[in-house]
Amino acid sequence: MEYISQIAFLLVLAIAIFFLTRRIRTIKNNIQLGRKADRSDNKPERWKNTFLIALGQKKMFKKPIPAFLHLLIYGGFLIINLEVLEFIIDGIAGTHRIFAPALGSFYTVAINVFEFLAVAVLFSCVVFLIRRNVLKVDRFKPLAGWPKLDANLILVIEIILMLAILTMNATDQLLQGRDEHYIQTGSFFFSSFLIPLFENMSISTLVFVERFAWWFHIIGILAFAVYVTYSKHLHIFMAFPNTYYSRVEPKGKMKNMNDVTTEVKSMLGIDTGATSGEPPAEVARLGAKDANDLEWVSLMGAYACTECGRCTAECPANITGKKLSPRKVMMDTRDRIDEMGKNIKMGKPAEEGNPLFSDSYITDEEINACTSCNACVEACPVNINPLDIILQGRRFKAMEESSSPQSWNAMFQNIETSFAPWKFPPTDRFNWAKKLTEEK
Amino acid sequence: MSDITYKVPTMQEMSGKGESPEVLFWVGCAGSFDDRYKAVTIAFTKILNKVGINFAVLGPEESCTGDPARRAGNEFLFQMQAMSNIQVLNGYNVKKIVTACPHCFNTLKNEYPELGGNYEVIHHSTFLQQLINDGKITLKGGGEYKGKKITFHDSCYLGRANGVYEAPRDVIKALDAELVEMKRCKTKGLCCGAGGAQMFKDAEPGRKEVNIERTEEALDTGAEVIAAGCPFCMTMMSDGVKNKEKESSVKVLDLAELIAKNEGL
Repeated sequence: MEYISQIAFLLVLAIAIFFLTRRIRTIKNNIQLGRKADRSDNKPERWKNTFLIALGQKKMFKKPIPAFLHLLIYGGFLIINLEVLEFIIDGIAGTHRIFAPALGSFYTVAINVFEFLAVAVLFSCVVFLIRRNVLKVDRFKPLAGWPKLDANLILVIEIILMLAILTMNATDQLLQGRDEHYIQTGSFFFSSFLIPLFENMSISTLVFVERFAWWFHIIGILAFAVYVTYSKHLHIFMAFPNTYYSRVEPKGKMKNMNDVTTEVKSMLGIDTGATSGEPPAEVARLGAKDANDLEWVSLMGAYACTECGRCTAECPANITGKKLSPRKVMMDTRDRIDEMGKNIKMGKPAEEGNPLFSDSYITDEEINACTSCNACVEACPVNINPLDIILQGRRFKAMEESSSPQSWNAMFQNIETSFAPWKFPPTDRFNWAKKLTEEK
Repeated sequence: MSDITYKVPTMQEMSGKGESPEVLFWVGCAGSFDDRYKAVTIAFTKILNKVGINFAVLGPEESCTGDPARRAGNEFLFQMQAMSNIQVLNGYNVKKIVTACPHCFNTLKNEYPELGGNYEVIHHSTFLQQLINDGKITLKGGGEYKGKKITFHDSCYLGRANGVYEAPRDVIKALDAELVEMKRCKTKGLCCGAGGAQMFKDAEPGRKEVNIERTEEALDTGAEVIAAGCPFCMTMMSDGVKNKEKESSVKVLDLAELIAKNEGL
């Protein structure tokens, strides 16, 4: 009988690990549906970005108030998780506060720090809930359905988890005074405020409340860890690889299509170094029709997106009422790769259903509205690049479907025939100088 | 007005004489054909003449860099343009290029190397800043823009795309003018609405035109001059000012025009 709680704990832990690893494998497979992209260049710059932008949250601080509150939650998350280590050891070994005897008064300090962070997290989550639901910050308004619920759920779950810690510590302190079995930890500042709620309870009720809070917190954390992988909250992990693998070249540079280069060179009769007579390697689809035509980094970006909408709030097209929203581009990409992943699991072709660039997801009207200004890329706190996805979509429309807007087709024709995007005779190109050289 | 005889040597003439210029001035399609931007080309050419820079242009041998084709998705057309331009540029052994168009600048600098075109490419704002720093342009004190409010509209392809924010501002400051910033500037600068090949099509349906949104912001600064460094921004901001019926009180001018006017060129 005495091992029953340890067995129960191991079972809970095993179930959580099972679901977590299964989901991580799914996400990894989904990301690998994307095309290859070489991001092995410039490692020092990549580490610098990871350190400053992901770990240091540099870009978050463009908006100092939400950045500060976010930092509290982030710090709380990282540091309070040290306590989860104790939970897990206690759970497996059947011990209670296993670090307390060894750490002595430092343990008291540590738990007080954790409690401070728990209160800070609680406070920030409450402010964030108010911002989302009462103040209705513009960039959160377009979210509806699951994304809206997801955002609120995360905040509510974090509040409940923090309350569980504080309840546990409050009842534990009461038990320390009444039952010698409980290890003396010294007093905890923040949870002491909750003591009046519990001090009239009997020892057995207190034990029940303390144990309930302990189990609630650890099961809550494990369940939340699984939940996170289905949620926008996945950014807590994906922010790091996404920042590391984000582009380190000037933002204005578009990636060269080497398949096209080979073809253009042979059309122009420039030696490509390839052995002649050999049939050219099969050219993959030009640009992107579907999510698996995008580079894996773009797909990873879709899982790193926390739907904060800073990109959309900076997008000139969106600001002026066009349908384009870089956030929606990322959310659509994620929905589509999730769908493609499910197709594969069910033994169907990945491409079944509507492709990413179709009326079900990202429409022509959206991609045609982009000014390629890079404001979204600049705004993203974790260096996601929605612009690259948009431009890949345009490539498919222009080169595979020839369905670019008519005026663009006219512009293409002008460049082909007059070597300028406007229809001027190429011989007039140097006329501007005549006026100047004749001027005295 | 001035007693200088302006010269616009072409690469063909120069190489015919066995000479090679210090820098190639890449004029761009807007600089060659757009009536408003031809004035910028002329202003910049006058400055080059005045300072005595050994420069040349490609003249009729120049053609579109391919930027709008690439942004609109037509990679084939872009690469055709790029390769034929690279053949011309490499044929003349060009080492250094200056251009008054941020789109040409971005493409030549970042996108031609992969196709075999390696040049030192600078935008004319940086070129002008260097001339000022080197004392080759000494701005007369009490010039036309002394104390006047000037705001600078960041071109996306100069600013965010390539991180050039300070050079154009340094040029404005050198005029002894009062540089006033718009609410959204530098990394947060709002696009004029013409990038990504939008210049060559109508905007998608929406509430407002992007250039109107941006012009309102520029007018809010109370500046008498909206300075720009890009032909597309120039068109969009000028149209915006016209739309707001402010063209008599607010001028949209390129950095080269500001310098040239200040110098009485």
